[in-house]
Amino acid sequence: MRWLLLKDLQILKRSPLLVGVLVAYSVVISLVAGVALSSGPSKPKVAFANLVPEDKSDVALGGRRVDATKYADKLFEKVEPIRVKTREEAIQKVKSGEALGALVVPADVTDKLQGTLGLGGGGRPTVEVYYSAENPLKTQYVKDTIDSTLAEANAAISAEVLRESAKYLNVIVAGGKVALPLVGSVDILGLRNARKIIDSALAELPEDAPERVALEQVSRFAGLAADNLDLSKPILASISKPVQVKRIVVSGSNASFSAFAAEAAVVGSMMFVALLLAAGMLALEREENAFGRLVRGLISRTGLVTEKVGLAALAAFVLSAVMLGILGALIGLDFARAPLWLIALALGAVAFGAMGVAIGGVTREVRSASLAAFVISLPVAALALVPSGAVSERLYDVIRVVSGAFPFSPCLKALDAAVSGGMLLTPLLHLAALTLAFGAIARISLRRFA
Amino acid sequence: MSATPAAAPVALTAEGVTKAYGERRALHGVSFAAHHGERIAIIGPNGAGKTTLLQILAGSLRASGGTVSYDEGTIGWVPQQPALYSKLSVAENLRLFARLEKRPDVPASVERMLDQTNLRDRADDQVGTLSGGNRQRVNIAIGLLAEPSVLLLDEPSSSLDPRQREVLWAFVSGLAEAGTAVVYATHNVAEAERYADRVLVLADGELLFSGSPRELEETVQGAAAAPDFESAFVRFLHERGH
Repeated sequence: MRWLLLKDLQILKRSPLLVGVLVAYSVVISLVAGVALSSGPSKPKVAFANLVPEDKSDVALGGRRVDATKYADKLFEKVEPIRVKTREEAIQKVKSGEALGALVVPADVTDKLQGTLGLGGGGRPTVEVYYSAENPLKTQYVKDTIDSTLAEANAAISAEVLRESAKYLNVIVAGGKVALPLVGSVDILGLRNARKIIDSALAELPEDAPERVALEQVSRFAGLAADNLDLSKPILASISKPVQVKRIVVSGSNASFSAFAAEAAVVGSMMFVALLLAAGMLALEREENAFGRLVRGLISRTGLVTEKVGLAALAAFVLSAVMLGILGALIGLDFARAPLWLIALALGAVAFGAMGVAIGGVTREVRSASLAAFVISLPVAALALVPSGAVSERLYDVIRVVSGAFPFSPCLKALDAAVSGGMLLTPLLHLAALTLAFGAIARISLRRFA
Repeated sequence: MSATPAAAPVALTAEGVTKAYGERRALHGVSFAAHHGERIAIIGPNGAGKTTLLQILAGSLRASGGTVSYDEGTIGWVPQQPALYSKLSVAENLRLFARLEKRPDVPASVERMLDQTNLRDRADDQVGTLSGGNRQRVNIAIGLLAEPSVLLLDEPSSSLDPRQREVLWAFVSGLAEAGTAVVYATHNVAEAERYADRVLVLADGELLFSGSPRELEETVQGAAAAPDFESAFVRFLHERGH
């Protein structure tokens, strides 16, 4: 068997284009994925027209002035702004494709915001957003980015209002100074101080004084009002964030998005390399007419299947290990777990090799084998990546069964467990079972191979 | 050679060999024996079962029934299409199969075959770059690597020009003179007449005749004389309903 393995390696060595494509494919995919994952998403370009006059960018909130334009900075953390001076310019940038969207802040927005905050009525402040619908995915991304940023800005303004309201409540309860427009700084007595004054006045009144009943009522009111207004402060604070989120993982792994994406890239590349090599090299034995010569006593059919699985697994293992090493360095995986990575990769490579040999045995021709490897593997990979909840429960069960019949899903689970922690044994046993099953299919298919 | 082929020891025996593909029967109980030094041509129309019989004799195809036995030594198998790795050189192909055949001295076996097939000057050329004739020579060389006592060839001259055919048959005849039993299938009836001690006529998987080319001609001459061996062969098949 080793001579046949050496022969196959020699043939691969004589096929520099094929080997070059396989190696370059893996390295390029890992580098592109690694750089993309480590650098984060690029910012979409958004035209930004702030039509608010410079002297009107402040909003009076209680006793202080807040610069409304500071909320635009939050947006610029997520998009690359193209600053323009007019609405028309902004729209033109979108139409020309230079910007994916445009955000226009009308001149009256701070006045309307001031009116809303001062409970003065009038229309609510509105900003205008323009999108290009040329690319639905990018449009959705820009829309989501602007919407989420505006939601954050609204929440921040709301929080400012609540903070100011809480200060007023404090002054009403405990007393203090309040800065009012036109009037300036004003001393407020406060409910607690008012009660103290009334209580001291009551103490000096005779027991039968006719004013005592009314003053006692005012004292009780001041006490009750102060206590209840104190309670309303935490209630007001909760309004700014009425619902908090507590995140708990109940199934699956704790893998970060970067780690999972890297694992998927590695398993995908491993699948293509192993399937194409195993299927192609077995079919090549028939195309070169060597199969009949080999199996007449030089090597058993089972030996031939084992040799092809070994060849494909070896190549796929080496390439995927290199890929994972590159990606691990780029996105900062824990290299202390590397021995577990190698175990997962090795079993995955063997399972994919067995599947490839089964494809080669059934199709019997190199071109058909390569085509079948692509046609089968792409939907299998896509199905394995469908998340639960994205489809109906029944359909997801079907998808899970179909995915489980091929090595992609268990290999991804094994690598995920090896990289990020979790149950490794189950997917490894799954891969071993698939190896035996596909090996058996390959062996049976060789009965009609010659 | 000390004895005439028919008197030499038996090298290969086929007893009631049958092969069925589902309902279709490709071979019906074929029996014959090949002696050391004997050259046997299997002839017959297309689909007669010639290749199937040779594949079963070579061990690359399982028979549905019957037995195949050899007295001693190994079997050399030369399939119709060259069974070679086109990305490997002539020497590398020979070396690979010599190793798979577990030859005791691999380099010596390779050298011997390069000399016997006159391919020494092409030893380092990739097989994919060789002409059809040279590829067939390498194909035959691989079949001879194990110094077989029985050599099985399927249409060995089909891709060769007349000059290369002459060389091939001279080479094969030399092997037979050295004691190798040579069994080959051919469509070229003239070659069977010239280079076979015995012909086996197969039609629809049935062995219709086993004897020398002259005996086949005599079989049909009883009715009307045939101008040549090919005509006699065609008439023979016609008389038997094929």
